[in-house]
Formats: sequence, structure tokens, C-alpha cells
Amino acid sequence: METDRDTPPYSAMPSEELLRKHPYAEDFFTSLGLALPPPGESVGAYFGRITADTLEDLGVERHELGERFDAFMALLASLQEKRTGPAIDSITIQGGVDKSGAAEGFALTVAPGEVVSIVGPTGSGKSRFLADIEWMAQGDTPTKRRVLINGAVPDPSRRFSLEYKLVAQLSQNMNFVMDLSVEEFIAMHAESRMVNDVAGITRTIIAKANELAGEQFSSQTPVTALSGGQSRALMIADTSCLSTSPIVLIDEIENAGIDRKRAVRTLVDERKIVLMATHDPILALMGDRRLVFKNGGVRAVIATTPAERANMAAFEEMDARLTAVRNALRNGEQIDHI
Amino acid sequence: MRLITVAGPPSSGKTSVIIKAAEALRGEGVTVGVIKFDCLSTGDQVLYERRGIAAKTGLSGNLCPDHFFVSNIQECLQWGEQSGFDLLISESAGLCNRCAPHIKDVCAVCVIDNLSGVETPRKIGPMLKMADIVVVTKGDIVSQAEREVFAYRVRQVNPGAVIINVNGLTGQGGYELGRLLSAAEETVSLTGRLLRFTMPAALCSYCLGQRKIGSDYQMGNVRKMDFS
Repeated sequence: METDRDTPPYSAMPSEELLRKHPYAEDFFTSLGLALPPPGESVGAYFGRITADTLEDLGVERHELGERFDAFMALLASLQEKRTGPAIDSITIQGGVDKSGAAEGFALTVAPGEVVSIVGPTGSGKSRFLADIEWMAQGDTPTKRRVLINGAVPDPSRRFSLEYKLVAQLSQNMNFVMDLSVEEFIAMHAESRMVNDVAGITRTIIAKANELAGEQFSSQTPVTALSGGQSRALMIADTSCLSTSPIVLIDEIENAGIDRKRAVRTLVDERKIVLMATHDPILALMGDRRLVFKNGGVRAVIATTPAERANMAAFEEMDARLTAVRNALRNGEQIDHI
Repeated sequence: MRLITVAGPPSSGKTSVIIKAAEALRGEGVTVGVIKFDCLSTGDQVLYERRGIAAKTGLSGNLCPDHFFVSNIQECLQWGEQSGFDLLISESAGLCNRCAPHIKDVCAVCVIDNLSGVETPRKIGPMLKMADIVVVTKGDIVSQAEREVFAYRVRQVNPGAVIINVNGLTGQGGYELGRLLSAAEETVSLTGRLLRFTMPAALCSYCLGQRKIGSDYQMGNVRKMDFS
């Protein structure tokens, strides 16, 4: 996808032209703690006059600076290309063997916008299944499974590339460790994704998250002060808008403070493949299919039947009644009558 | 035998990661030995041996740990050869974020954890910047957004490295790391090989045992902060 437009190489371009065309190039210098090259000077010339003492402090050798800069610019280009590049139409997982060596005998093809539930006891092989997808296994993991992208064996170099990471995980026990406001937090994520309109996408994500969360929060709320439900809502909105991974794994959405069905819809609307490890009947039945895990293998692939779907209404009614009682408790009411 | 140097800040999960990779490799018939470098004391040798992984400990005491490492690594290699390992892993903590035990043409791994914060990749020197493989740990307890920002920041300072997530508790990623390690180059001898980066310039009066504070007592390689 290289065009001639950007030749001569980045390191020969005058710095003001480089920074105008590729504003994110500035990150290379800030990440090393270097001042920006002055206007008129090329990056190559700038590196050439950095003193030996500074290089020693930076922990790099002179020739490496140039190599690193080129690799950094290549990374930026590939991240940007991925945002606009060809999409994934399908992911296929071909069964291997379970812990006893018995053949799984399944092949599952999922397309963007599909929801697949994952059920089975702890230790039944759910994590290994995800690891196989992340690794794009080609019969080279203990399960011997194979993963195909758009029906073909993916390029092995994609295994470790940031921009082709297949799975984004929204795990249950996640925390925020950064001490930032919601707005700063999302903006930082957007910047690392080379988004052009950082402020705009940040607003969209916060608005979406507030639609999902039971209790509202503002853009100035510190992320560490968000409730469990609000954190979940924020991460679902964030992943749906910013993550380039085609698959989103959700490990159970707790009932507290988040509209679960809408949360899943948000991801489906953004054409994500949603894998959901859940034993919540409402969520599990939202899946078109569910994978049943046992003894380290996929024991069955069950398609959700029309009868099961019809039962959803009954489960939702039960859920609504429980929610009403919960709200009554929260508001300090008596719950003598249900 | 293949030699692997593993380095990373204290408590980043080096030992857990090595154990998970070694256990996955054992399943493939690969024998692994570990040399643990530390400063004062370590209980990690016991952790390794409890899992049936042969280990030796080197304590640097009052010497600079990275200098201690370089002075002993050739002998470590001989121990590994005599023990008949397929893979010998040296584990050391990067205590000053400046040094690195990484050697040219010897597979170099840096272990760094998500909990240390997104500014950390910029603060770590050659140990991270010159590694071939960067293992990121503790991904299960931070948000997806932070994992992505963290990985991006690592890639910024080391665009060429392979970045892999390993969960030291569940072992997720350990198998894959094992595959990468067993594809490393063979190391026959280290004599004459080069470190990837110089150890820090030292040799001031404090290196030689001075304890008094004040300009009168500072000799040799001394650098002053700029307060202007």
C-alpha cells in the first residue's frame, strides 16, 4: 500500500513538513525525552548532531536512532492503514482435540455482528480457546486447533502486530490504574489509536457509556471513582468505537448498573464479533449459538432454538421484577409486596 | 543449548512468566534451567525447584548487579551445558532502569507489567528498548483501554520487538512464549561476545566506599544537576 507520495524517506524530510504530514511523529521525540528537531532541519541531520553523552543517557546508539525512527513511522502508517483498511469478513475456528486427545469435530465460522455464548465450568478450556484465537493457532497449540481469517490461513507476522490483534477482552475483574478523568482517559486511548478527531470521538464514547450506565457520570469524573457498572459501560463504549480488534470477549456482565442487552447491542452495531462467557440466561440466549466447553474441548455447538428465544420474554420479566425490588431497596422502600 | 536473558523491574512477574513458559516447554520435551540473579536475597530458587525446574542463584551483594551478571554469565553457560539443558534462562532485575544484561545475538526478553502505568515504558532504558521479546504481564486486572495504550507505548520505544501478553497466574500466553524461546539461536560460547549496551559509567568516590556527603568528598566521575 506504499505510495510514492512520502518519498524521500521520513528521516530526510524537513521537520516542519514531517510534523505537518504526520503529527504523531512528535511522540517519537517525547517518548525519548528529546526536543523536537528545529524547523528546516531533517530528522537524519538532527540525529547526526546529538552528542555522545545524550546517546549514552538515552540508552541507544546513533545508528539505532534512525532505525528506530523508521520502525516507529512504519508502525504509525500501519496503524492508520488498519483504521481504513480491508475488514475481516469471517473468522473460522476448526476443532482440534480435548485434554484426553479426543477429536472435537467442530468448525465454527463467525461473522461481524454475531454473538456467540461460551458456557462450561471453570477449567473447562475457555481461556485456552481464546488464547488459540489470539495466537491464530495453526495446529501448533496443545489443542491442535486452527484459526482461519476470511477462510484462509492468516499471515504469521500478524500474530504479534498491535494493529491486527484479534481479541479485545473486557474481563470482570478489571480496574483502572491511571488516575485520570474520564475525558483524559479516553483521549489518551484515542491518541494511541491515531484517531484524527480525538475530542469528537471522546464525546461520543462518553455519551454512549452514559446511555448504558444506570447512573450518569461526567467527562470530569475520575475513572477510579466510577462504579463497577459505569466502568463496564465506559469500556464497552470505548471498545466499540476505538478498538480495532474484530472480536470482543466479555466475561459475564454483572447485573449492577448497566443495561446488559443494550451493551451487547452497542458492540453488535459496531460490527464486532461478540464472544460472551456467561451463565446469565438473558445474555446466553442473546447468542445465535453457544459453545459448550468440557474437559478442555468444545463438546457441542448449540444453535439457539426458537423455543429458547421465546423463553427470553419470561426471563426478562423475572429480571425486571428483581430489578424493581433492587431499586426499591436502594430507594429505602419497604418490599412487603412484590 | 539456547541461552535467554530475561530482565525486568522488580515484581513485574519474571519468575512466574519463566515458570509458565518452562512448564509448557517441558510438555514438549524441552529441559530448562534457570539462573536467578539478585542483590540481597531471593527465595525464587525454591519456587523453581518446587516445580522441578533446576535453578542456581547468584547474589551480587554490594556489587553492581549487572556488572556481577557479566562477570559470571560465561560460567553459567558452562553449568547449563554440563547439566544438559536445552534452554538456559538467566533472570535478573533491572534495578536502575538503565542497565541491561542483554547480549548481542542472544535472545533478550524484557518482562514489564501493565500495573506499572503507561509512563513506565518511557522510563526504562536498554533493558526494554533493546529486547527482542517484550512480555507484558498482569493484563487481567487492568482495562482493555489501558492494555492497548500500554502496548502502544511499549511499541513506541521498541518498535522492532515482538510483544506478547502472558498471564503469570493462569499461564495464558506461557505456551506461546515457550514457542518463541525455543526458536532462539544456539549459544556455544560467550567469550568475546558483546553486551548490547554499555554498563553505566561509574567509578566515583562512592563506588569505592565513601559515605560522607559534600563536594569535598566527591571524586572521579561526578555529574551535577542543573538548577539554573
